Amino acid sequence: MQKSVSVKGLSLNFGAVRVLQEMNLDVENGEFLVLLGPSGCGKSTLLNCIAGLLDVSAGQIFISGKNVTWEEPKDRGIGMVFQSYALYPQMSVRKNLSFGLRVAGLPRDEIDERVARASEMLQIEALLDRKPANLSGGQRQRVAIGRALVRDVDVFLFDEPLSNLDAKLRADLRVEIKRLHQRLKNTMIYVTHDQIEAMTLADRIAIMKEGIIQQLDTPHMIYNNPVNLFVAGFIGSPSMNFLEGTLSGGAIDLGDVSVPTERYGFEPGNEKWSGKAILGVRPEHVVVGEGASQQPFFFDAAIEIVEPMGADTVAWTRLGSHSFTFRADAELNLAQGQTVKLGFDAARASLFDAESGIRI
Amino acid sequence: MSNPTVISTTVALDAVSGRTDFAGPQGPRPQPFFTPKRVIIYSILFVACLYYLFPMYIMVMTSFKTMPEIRFGNIFAPPVEFTGEAWVKAWSSACTGLTCQGLSPGFWNSVKILIPSVLVSTAVAAVNGYALVNWKFKGSEIFFAVLIFGSFIPYQVFLYPLVMITRELKIFGTIWAVILVHTIFGMPILTLLFRNYFASLPVELFKAARVDGAGFWRIFLEVMLPMSLPIVVVALILQVTGIWNDFLFGAVFAGTPNLPMTVQLNNIVNSAQGTPEYNVNMAATMLTGLVPLIVYFLSGRLFVRGVAAGAVKG
Repeated sequence: MQKSVSVKGLSLNFGAVRVLQEMNLDVENGEFLVLLGPSGCGKSTLLNCIAGLLDVSAGQIFISGKNVTWEEPKDRGIGMVFQSYALYPQMSVRKNLSFGLRVAGLPRDEIDERVARASEMLQIEALLDRKPANLSGGQRQRVAIGRALVRDVDVFLFDEPLSNLDAKLRADLRVEIKRLHQRLKNTMIYVTHDQIEAMTLADRIAIMKEGIIQQLDTPHMIYNNPVNLFVAGFIGSPSMNFLEGTLSGGAIDLGDVSVPTERYGFEPGNEKWSGKAILGVRPEHVVVGEGASQQPFFFDAAIEIVEPMGADTVAWTRLGSHSFTFRADAELNLAQGQTVKLGFDAARASLFDAESGIRI
Repeated sequence: MSNPTVISTTVALDAVSGRTDFAGPQGPRPQPFFTPKRVIIYSILFVACLYYLFPMYIMVMTSFKTMPEIRFGNIFAPPVEFTGEAWVKAWSSACTGLTCQGLSPGFWNSVKILIPSVLVSTAVAAVNGYALVNWKFKGSEIFFAVLIFGSFIPYQVFLYPLVMITRELKIFGTIWAVILVHTIFGMPILTLLFRNYFASLPVELFKAARVDGAGFWRIFLEVMLPMSLPIVVVALILQVTGIWNDFLFGAVFAGTPNLPMTVQLNNIVNSAQGTPEYNVNMAATMLTGLVPLIVYFLSGRLFVRGVAAGAVKG
């Protein structure tokens, strides 16, 4: 089947700085792809390249099967939403929405109809005659989404659209974007540094670092089977416990304790792997209290710091000489100095080569 | 009072605000008017005010006196015999060299020079600044650096080459020569002004307009220009006052029939014939300074208006 967006061998250099390196990426029709990574990883740059706002140094970009590498942004069949909204301050909301259509020279009633449809969909009909300065942040971002919507394009590009909003609005608009995607079934490429946004919205997530895609997979796979230490550490909050040790013969020796790894799902061919390795355990996969002794590995731990989050509690403790955090039910009323029984199963953990950081 | 919610809110309010019988400072800090700091600041401002207004006062008073009264020498005294004759003479019949038509021809010459040079230089500089920020081309930084460098060279250095250039263009001694020279010399500083202003606007605005399909001129005219009112006002003020007050280029390039007001004023004031008519001189000087003054008074408010409000995160 034809891909909606295809990036082939894409590189971009700013002088000597290699921002994107030999990037390959295929986005299916109607897919919601999230580009996720720390700031400076090149995710926004990649989006700008797809939009045609930056000239690429090498490689090709295809949108709906057409090579658009040299095309102007307007000819690529894209709509774009920016972090700072980028509404034209001197134009009313209606003018903002219709600007692109007026530039394209569409007939008046067609413009009116499309503006009406988009503003109905985003519930901004009442705001049409206001100036952007008289809108709240959430309303401005709706208008910005509307401006992409009226263009009737195949691909939507979102450049951190919710980063300027406060937490509650962000959660509301997140759901709304998801609803919009279900309704329109367009391809959407969405840049963010917020892992919650990425996990909740994406069909697939591309995690980027230093201009290279580290892992491109479903949120489930990225969370449960991170391909390397970077992905494992980036996804999840609080982040994964990394315990360094030596792996050999069905157990990893962490210095003072040994954790059995028989139940661990090795990558094909790695079953006999031995050497310096890092065991990654998610704090939420740790079993606390009575159930702990049923786990393949369990130990007693003294709690050093307690962080109550409301719904649950994060506690800091030690496993041997390693710092170790776990997430527990808030009802347990954990307190500093208390000793609890903790257990986990290597089947849900991750093992990485200590040298290369790659999943074993 | 039977409504339970009302009762509970009052209780809650009480709990928050509490009783107001604390001892010691409370509420807003009192701000007495006569603090030492204020007294000093206002005294200095007052003295500075006098320093600048006193010559102004003498000019105004003298301009409304008759010559015999001026000869008495009481320059601080208000006019005994109030007359506007000097103003009329300065405007319409004082001798500026060979002709005796007052400043009025010079005024209209200045207007004819001012309007095209201000409009053209501001318009071109706005496009320059926009292009330098949003449509970077190979060597645009160098181009900009050269342009800025140009503004640091004293005008007098260019005078002779410019005379030759305008002569070759066959416009030397015409009003077009002055207009051209003013337009060129306004360019570096105005371009710098516009470039910095456009660079301060969010670049995403430009990107959004490009995604919307607008081209160079459309983005400039429909997106950028409507947001540039504050900087356009600054540019206009700079150019209007600069060009109006110019003496050198007017005297060199305009040719006798087109001499601007400043040159004519000089001819009246520095006239070597007859007794100096101080009242006419004062009136003429004030007439000449009136235009920049009015521009400052009218446009001061626009300086501070934030037109870009609402473009980005509020």
